[in-house]
Amino acid sequence: MLVNREKMAGVVDALSNGKEVEGRSLWQDAWERFQRNKAAVVSVVVLALMVVLSFVGPALAPWTYEEIDWNIIGNAAQSGFPSIASGHFFGTDDLGRDIFARTMQGTQISLLVGLVGTSVAVVLGVLYGATAGYVGGRVDNYMMRFVDLLMSIPYMFILIILFVMFGRSLWLLFMGLGLFSWMDMARIVRGQTLSIKNKEYIEASVAAGVGTFTIIIRHVLPNLMGIVAVYTTLLIPGLILTESFISFLGLGVQEPLTSWGALISDGAKTIQYGTPWQLAFPLGFFIVGLFCFYFIGDGLRDALDPKDR
Amino acid sequence: MFSFIIKRAMSAIPTLLFLVIFSFVLMRLAPGGPFTSERALPPQVLANIEAKYGLDQPWLIQIWRYISGIVTQFDFGPSFRYKDQTVNSILTQGFSVTLVYGFWSFVVAVGVGLPLGIIAAIKHNSWLDYLAVGISIGAAVLPNFVMAPILVILFALVLPNLTNGVISLPGGGWNGGQIQYIIMPVIALSTSYMASIARIARSSMLEVLNSNFIRTAKAKGLPMSSIIMKHAIKPALLPVVSYLGPAFVGMITGSVIIDVYFSTGGMGQYFVDAATNRDYSLLMGATIIFGSLTILFNMIADILYAWLDPKIRLA
Repeated sequence: MLVNREKMAGVVDALSNGKEVEGRSLWQDAWERFQRNKAAVVSVVVLALMVVLSFVGPALAPWTYEEIDWNIIGNAAQSGFPSIASGHFFGTDDLGRDIFARTMQGTQISLLVGLVGTSVAVVLGVLYGATAGYVGGRVDNYMMRFVDLLMSIPYMFILIILFVMFGRSLWLLFMGLGLFSWMDMARIVRGQTLSIKNKEYIEASVAAGVGTFTIIIRHVLPNLMGIVAVYTTLLIPGLILTESFISFLGLGVQEPLTSWGALISDGAKTIQYGTPWQLAFPLGFFIVGLFCFYFIGDGLRDALDPKDR
Repeated sequence: MFSFIIKRAMSAIPTLLFLVIFSFVLMRLAPGGPFTSERALPPQVLANIEAKYGLDQPWLIQIWRYISGIVTQFDFGPSFRYKDQTVNSILTQGFSVTLVYGFWSFVVAVGVGLPLGIIAAIKHNSWLDYLAVGISIGAAVLPNFVMAPILVILFALVLPNLTNGVISLPGGGWNGGQIQYIIMPVIALSTSYMASIARIARSSMLEVLNSNFIRTAKAKGLPMSSIIMKHAIKPALLPVVSYLGPAFVGMITGSVIIDVYFSTGGMGQYFVDAATNRDYSLLMGATIIFGSLTILFNMIADILYAWLDPKIRLA
């Protein structure tokens, strides 16, 4: 026999001693699968380092993000290059502001926008989708029709109009981005809810007389968490991209605050003055950050998506 | 099929109406009007100007006039800012530029992305497959506003130096859409969508190639080429087709960046200017045309999908 003798002995031992096999939850299972995906694990580490750096970095830098180095202003191409000696680790922009401090600040803002905007979208999308899916029937039909209608609107144009009309503020950025990106989430959650709705435990709680809203919150939502987690990590880079797009057009966050998109925009505009570092460093952070989010999203999908099991 | 097309076309109308009314209300809600300026106008003059453009009427009448003007005469009204031009003439001018490179970007994205993805799936785990996967992952983080400056560095700084100026492209401008002026906008706009299309095509083709009916076809001895052409391509195209709608929307939106960055004189530039100048009529006209293009294209993509997949058509 090719069966490993020791293994067999172990199994027999375990069975005969009546040891109980320890149960593993969905999340433990997923966590193990996630750990096996090296790209995703590395991405988590890199992203964590990036966040830490963006908060610790400004304390280490001799310049703040809005301070102007008067020795360099107007002469960035010659004396604004990256150097340890001058304290401008990433160089300066044409106004003599430190790119390192600004990149750190931009990283904070971009991640913040991604996270807060996504939270708005997730809360809205999950509640809307779960309600539509659970209530079903005509209400579901109308609710999803409305989602279809919103989805066929080129929301970027509306966002641009919003920013120009109502001024540029972080609040508007959060709300605007969140309010225009919950539709996909609502669709996914609705589809998932439709299948959960017919499970026996829901029937049991209906029979026990639990209210509709309580059932949605207590029994439907926790079972949606897997797919929501996957989609959330994919939504964050999407929103960071959108924010960068708006900032690139010169809308978005207000100076002296900055973001990845605003920094890339500045760098791209001054490229002909011979200050490539002004583009290179923010662009590097942007690309690495987005890569991390994509890899984490992929890893989570492999770990949590029920379709692939 | 015919009734599906009719049904789908009818549902586009309320969407468009919603878009018009939504953007109209949004613009009227905003503080400040098109004629408020640093130097305050005498109230009588301001009232006269507003009366000329119909801004003194109640909203309902304004919006009714606006919509009926578009429907009956295809007239988007006068521009508030460019006194000598109507919105129609600006829109014609702007979109004639944007649509040319938009069209080519779309052709490049689909024409390169789709074959790349399908070939990668057929030659699964070969160097070609790895190349395609590498490209699609790399390009996912290179959206148009990142590609644009990189292309400028490449074509304006690096390549002319390397080749002693043999290869050099003029940066920006339009000049009648000649190929050397169009190449950077097209590459910048199409790269990330090309990558997405390749990725989607690859994974769906892989899924189809592993399915039972393809195994049956192989088992009964069909040659590989006819298996792919006759049996595999059509179902593999479905996810790609459903992505075409979002891709088109993304390109339409991205054209704003391209127009602003490369100064093509396309619609995006006018749109941003109109937004900052509060040129209501131009802004609404541009939003409506951009929106109609989006809605129209989503409709075409849906119809194409229904044509490929009878489950949708007959449901």
